[in-house]
Amino acid sequence: MKKNWWKALSVVLLLYVAVAGLLLPVPRLAILNETIRNLYFHVPMWFGMTFVLLASVYYSVRYLRTPTPELDIRAHESARTGILMGFVGLATGSIWAKYTWGAWWTNDPKLNGAAIAMLIYGAYLVLRSSFTDEQQRARISAIYNIFAFATAMPLFYILPRLTDSLHPGAGGNPAFAKYDLDSNMRLVFYPAVIGWTLLAFWLAQLASRVSLLKLRLYEKQLA
Amino acid sequence: MKNSLRKLRPVVTLLLALVLPVLEVVAQPATQPEMADALRQSGKIYVVVAVIAVVLAGLLFFLVSLDRKLTRLEKEVKE
Repeated sequence: MKKNWWKALSVVLLLYVAVAGLLLPVPRLAILNETIRNLYFHVPMWFGMTFVLLASVYYSVRYLRTPTPELDIRAHESARTGILMGFVGLATGSIWAKYTWGAWWTNDPKLNGAAIAMLIYGAYLVLRSSFTDEQQRARISAIYNIFAFATAMPLFYILPRLTDSLHPGAGGNPAFAKYDLDSNMRLVFYPAVIGWTLLAFWLAQLASRVSLLKLRLYEKQLA
Repeated sequence: MKNSLRKLRPVVTLLLALVLPVLEVVAQPATQPEMADALRQSGKIYVVVAVIAVVLAGLLFFLVSLDRKLTRLEKEVKE
């Protein structure tokens, strides 16, 4: 139980975010209006994705040093969770864009960068499923995973800042500066980032444990 | 008559300079960005918050029980 404190923290923070995110005052801004509250839900998806993908890279590197099926499973399930968070992020961003920018999708560098990065990770899943040999699959997808992360992060966070962009935090602006100035929003935004990130790690852990159980059962049957 | 009007001109200008900004402040609510103030005033927002909180709590409870089931299974497989 002592090892699970962070899951309890995640539950508490997420419930707090759901309540405070809707009730606490936010700045009155034209066009954004109440949709500014999406910041507490859309942006933490990307934070969660980034951290859980970073964990996936960590497991992949460890796998390449000491190849065990467990590390491969953890890398794979973390990457899958990250991809899920990323797609939720894209979907929420698209809805938000429709009602503030007027279109489901714009050819904005930030949006297209994120879409390309998600495709790179989609290819990771395709690559994994194309091997029959387990060790080959684990090794090659670990290597691909590291390169995918190294390619995706500039697409998310660096390239969009080098050009003009509608998206806040891109086009040379320091991220979230517009909203972060408001201390009321910080009160919800930071807990939201921590809560959703912990949830991503929780989901990845649950998925890994199911796969590990499957592996153990399989090994038992063979023995 | 014309002279007195001319004398009044700076007074009127000063008066306008003082009153116009006040008028703008008074008119502010109309020009401020629209927010869901009515939803908040009627208190119906709390209904929405309660529903979202219950849904989220349900989902998180499901996760917790799934976590526990997995822990039990892991112990079983270890034995």
